[in-house]
Amino acid sequence: MDTESTYSGYSYYSGRSRGSHRHGERSRDRHKSRSKDSRSEKSVTINTPPAEPLLGDSAVRGEQVQDDNWGETTTAVTGTSEHSLSQEDIVRITKDLEDSVGLDCRRYFTLTLAVILGLLVFLTPLAFLVLPHLLWPEKLQSCGTACEGLFISVAFKLLILLLAVWALFFRPPRAGLPRVFVFRALLAVLVLLFVVSYWLFYGVRILDSQDENYQGIVQYAVSLVDALLFIHYLAIVLLELRQLQPCFSACVTRSTDGEIRQYNLGQLSIQRAALAILEHYYCDFPVHNPALLSASKSRAAKHLAGLKVYNVDGPGNNAAAGLAHSQSRAMIAAAARRRDTSHNELYYEEAEHERRVRKRKARLVVAVEEAFTHIKRMQEEEQKKAPGDVMDPREAAQAIFPSMARALQKYLRTTKQQHCHSMESIQQHLAFCITNNMTPKAFLESYLTPGPTLQYSRDHWLARQWTLISEASVTSGLKDGTVFVLKCVDFSLVVTAKKIPYIQMSEEYIDPKSHKFVLRLQSETSV
Amino acid sequence: MSFIPGQPVTAVVQRIEIKKLHQKDNLILGFSIGGGIDQDPGQNPFSEDKTDKGIYVTRITPGGPAHDAGLMMGDKIMQVNGWDMTMVTHDQARKRLTKKKEDVVRLLVTRKSLEHAVKQSMGSSPGLKHSGATYNHNLMQ
Repeated sequence: MDTESTYSGYSYYSGRSRGSHRHGERSRDRHKSRSKDSRSEKSVTINTPPAEPLLGDSAVRGEQVQDDNWGETTTAVTGTSEHSLSQEDIVRITKDLEDSVGLDCRRYFTLTLAVILGLLVFLTPLAFLVLPHLLWPEKLQSCGTACEGLFISVAFKLLILLLAVWALFFRPPRAGLPRVFVFRALLAVLVLLFVVSYWLFYGVRILDSQDENYQGIVQYAVSLVDALLFIHYLAIVLLELRQLQPCFSACVTRSTDGEIRQYNLGQLSIQRAALAILEHYYCDFPVHNPALLSASKSRAAKHLAGLKVYNVDGPGNNAAAGLAHSQSRAMIAAAARRRDTSHNELYYEEAEHERRVRKRKARLVVAVEEAFTHIKRMQEEEQKKAPGDVMDPREAAQAIFPSMARALQKYLRTTKQQHCHSMESIQQHLAFCITNNMTPKAFLESYLTPGPTLQYSRDHWLARQWTLISEASVTSGLKDGTVFVLKCVDFSLVVTAKKIPYIQMSEEYIDPKSHKFVLRLQSETSV
Repeated sequence: MSFIPGQPVTAVVQRIEIKKLHQKDNLILGFSIGGGIDQDPGQNPFSEDKTDKGIYVTRITPGGPAHDAGLMMGDKIMQVNGWDMTMVTHDQARKRLTKKKEDVVRLLVTRKSLEHAVKQSMGSSPGLKHSGATYNHNLMQ
């Protein structure tokens, strides 16, 4: 039986006492008040379908409402129930609503511009070739062999241009950036100017004068397509190749728990660098767990609450600023003089927590290994022999899950991860592991250590709306010492960029025959 | 006992004459040598200057002829019967000491305590009394 008291972050707010732990009462009023307090905690639902009997679970009492307490008879504090939203969800949804309208308009606007430009570019050579036939067919010289050969070259070059443009530009957009993408805008302007100048020349020198030399016209069209291919080469170099060579090293720090990672970036603008970093963030950083921060917050609250400053002289004496200044200084001085034993508490608390986590982990590992021994994969020959009681992976997972559920839930509660994993997701993961012949250790790895954000369910991806805060313009390039902040609702990522230094390498040649050795002699002879 | 390359080596030496002992048709002297220009000078425990590749006495058998003649452990052998020993290989040194035709070897050896003794005796000689006194005075300060 579990007689330890678990210290989870929620217990600070809820005051879930050991009394309720032993008696197995339900505290629904505390549950409701907590939903207002959990400003920084994610809300996840853990609900058992009422038909499932779990081991020793006498929790299905008279109430038919959700049992967010799978695997144990006592109340589990998980945050909010299924139908309520925490404060940050509301903030997030309103923000999404506000911004999605603006973003969509911009996206469609740029899309239509791009389509128009593309059509213009593709139809121009064809127009150059076709217009003389339409406007002055009788005056036109007939097209000889060389000219017809040029038709083939125009056709294939247009095909290659079409495929290249499709490959480079027609990819699904990864993100909506705050400012326009400078290089793309410049390239679009360049292409437009180019095509307009060709049309100008064509209009003045060929259409007006009604030139009869059709081969010249065809060569003109071929030169246009060649130049467009070169512009496409320029686009590849500017958009794709230029930032491949690493030039800056960005150090990304998460503001809540101080996780640091370093990435190498090329010469990018600040907004593109921010996008690259966010894409790395989702696979490298462990998931943001607000429950782990509650301990330091409670310590800070205790520090502030420990001292009260009274103004003995009366309210009208000093100016307001001076008063506040003297008050804060008095507080700091008093705090420095006071003998603070909170470091002692922290030390013992952490040691106790560490011991508790290890104990629960040992129980969990044993429980899971034992659970995995209960099922085995059925071979082909056996399938014909014993058709009874054959299960597919999901059913097998549901069959062995109850024996490990309690140990797993206790471990997750001790490490404050219980809101990251719902029972449904755990069973899915178990079915996945069984299908792929994974060992119990492989199944457990995703629960023992917090993984990257991508590993968790969709609601942990809710932070798709990021704000880029920067002192320099976001379309300006990265420089040595650039600092910018990527803010989302729960936390922010502070990014510092440093230039990778110029490396001067010199060579030294060693002749392979030059490796010679002698023994260190020290003989002693008696005479 | 350090030497400066290119300059003549100066040292205070002591003459030691050792008579070889006949022992089962071997002529032994009763000590062991170490060092030589083909050896590693850094491993010599007796030398002050660890680049000194001279021949040093590493062991003295108690009661042997060398012990009786006054040779001490840690002595650097400068000459053997007139042959120089400061720039020889280990094997050459051994050969010079163990010539079967010679019964007696006359060594010139040097050690640190010899220099100290000479300095002290110079300081207390009467001819140099005034400066010796000051020298001693300086020493004792």
